[in-house]
Amino acid sequence: MNFDELRSVCTQMRRDIINMTANAGSGHPGGSLSSVELMASVFCNRMNVDPQDPHNPDRDRFVLSKGHAAPCYYAALAAKGFISRDEYADFRQLHSRLQGHPDAKKIPGVDASTGSLGQGCSIAVGMALGAKHQGKNFKVYTILGDGECQEGQIWESLMSAAHYKLDNLTVIVDNNGLQIDGSNDEVMSLGDLAAKLAAFGFEVFELEDGNDLESIAKALDAEVVGRPKCILAHTVKGKGISFMENQVGWHGKAPNEEQRAAALAELEG
Amino acid sequence: MSEKIATRAAYGEALVELGKQNDKVVVLDADLAHATMTVTFQKAFPDRHYNAGIAEANMVGMAAGLSTTGLVPFCSTFAMFAAGRAYEQIRNSIAYPKFNVKVAATHAGVSVGEDGGSHQCIEDIALMRVIPGMTVVVPADANEAREAVFALAEYEGPAYLRLARLATPVFEGDMVKPFVLGKAQCLREGKDAVVFACGLMVNESLEAAKLLAAEGIELTVVNVSTIKPIDAETVTKYASETGKVFTVEEHSVIGGLGDAVADVLMGKVHCGFHKIGVQDQFGQSGKAADVLREYGLTADQIAANIKAHL
Repeated sequence: MNFDELRSVCTQMRRDIINMTANAGSGHPGGSLSSVELMASVFCNRMNVDPQDPHNPDRDRFVLSKGHAAPCYYAALAAKGFISRDEYADFRQLHSRLQGHPDAKKIPGVDASTGSLGQGCSIAVGMALGAKHQGKNFKVYTILGDGECQEGQIWESLMSAAHYKLDNLTVIVDNNGLQIDGSNDEVMSLGDLAAKLAAFGFEVFELEDGNDLESIAKALDAEVVGRPKCILAHTVKGKGISFMENQVGWHGKAPNEEQRAAALAELEG
Repeated sequence: MSEKIATRAAYGEALVELGKQNDKVVVLDADLAHATMTVTFQKAFPDRHYNAGIAEANMVGMAAGLSTTGLVPFCSTFAMFAAGRAYEQIRNSIAYPKFNVKVAATHAGVSVGEDGGSHQCIEDIALMRVIPGMTVVVPADANEAREAVFALAEYEGPAYLRLARLATPVFEGDMVKPFVLGKAQCLREGKDAVVFACGLMVNESLEAAKLLAAEGIELTVVNVSTIKPIDAETVTKYASETGKVFTVEEHSVIGGLGDAVADVLMGKVHCGFHKIGVQDQFGQSGKAADVLREYGLTADQIAANIKAHL
């Protein structure tokens, strides 16, 4: 896909996120919207995955460590044809495949069950290690939240990624600066994340605009050998919907009907 | 007197044998390879042993990820740091997606000895058994530990294998039964009561049965090495036949084998019921034999306890 095509995928994903959360009356629109360009660039435009062959052992792997951004993931899965948009009505409903947080048992194409923060990155490290162990060439991508980086396990997993020289692993931090109880700095300062990630052995690509498709593509394209790659993407929480942007309150609140209509109208603009 | 081998030592040896047969098997440890005995595997297959360092949560997560690439990971640390420290990682990263990871935890129970209460996990059976779909196995001796390793490698799904630090007698003669996942084995039949035991307490219960036999009290002793899924048929059969049930485990009396047996019998079999184990308290330092005695888990104490509750 060229950038124009990818941009229209992103717009559709934003509509999907608004519709899913509005339908369910719950969910996490803010952090889903901030991840859209990252998710679309990786899952829709880079990874070697095929909905007709979702368990191919040589496929690339994706782990949404910030599992609460499930609506963003489901929108990407729909864009790639793994699920149907008809299922959106079931999001967060009883007996649905579209659980509040991704469930690998239920959806072919979802490689790990995530949502309990801090755990996904370790699973991604295990996948990348499994590839190296078996001489396979597939790549592993994971998206972390910035608030999630307050979990100690994240740093355990980052340490191990560098230890095992996992240059088949790309860790993406969706650094939107906000978490449930406030800004990262108000809740628990992360300090100089870029320096910390570099000190943990990563080749760090810091994106001033983490919602810019061309910057993301450039960072994804950069070749790194002998150590893992990290893309530290400064994004906007709630990106694309004016009244949700940079608002802590939209972390885990669904739009009502009026807000849905307003949001969808903005996306038509 | 029979040879004494710790189930952890048998585990290390079995991994090597398994590794020769199945090149998908990989082993993870968290800086305790010389204690969990995965070092035996590490020596045989250095490229298939991953040391996660002192970071159990990440080790469990890595094992989950490795399993999704078609490998069969066995990951080991002490029971305290597997079932305890990494509980939620086992629950959410492994069991919830039903990944094929075997958590083999050593140094379970108070027989850890000198390291003391901080390292004596008496809650792991309870913690693992409550996770939906989790298989929980507690081998009684070295041979059973070895067979359990092979059975769990065959089984596709998450499992917890509970192993001990202490070297204990290897069963001989009629006491040797094949390990079948999900099957409890009757080792001795007697009319007066049935003892359901697991792990190191199977041997102690057999010794207790001998002591009581000398007084004319005849016990059935059943080795319930698969705690989950429990062999409800065998448990029900012997509970019904004897009408008096004792459970013996080197674990808290809350949530372990005793409760697993009670769950089978409650409302179905009318019988006496008494749980023997660690009474809602932490362990402490001491020589393993002394610590077991402190908590009432030696053969003579078990015999006296059973006699008092018959």
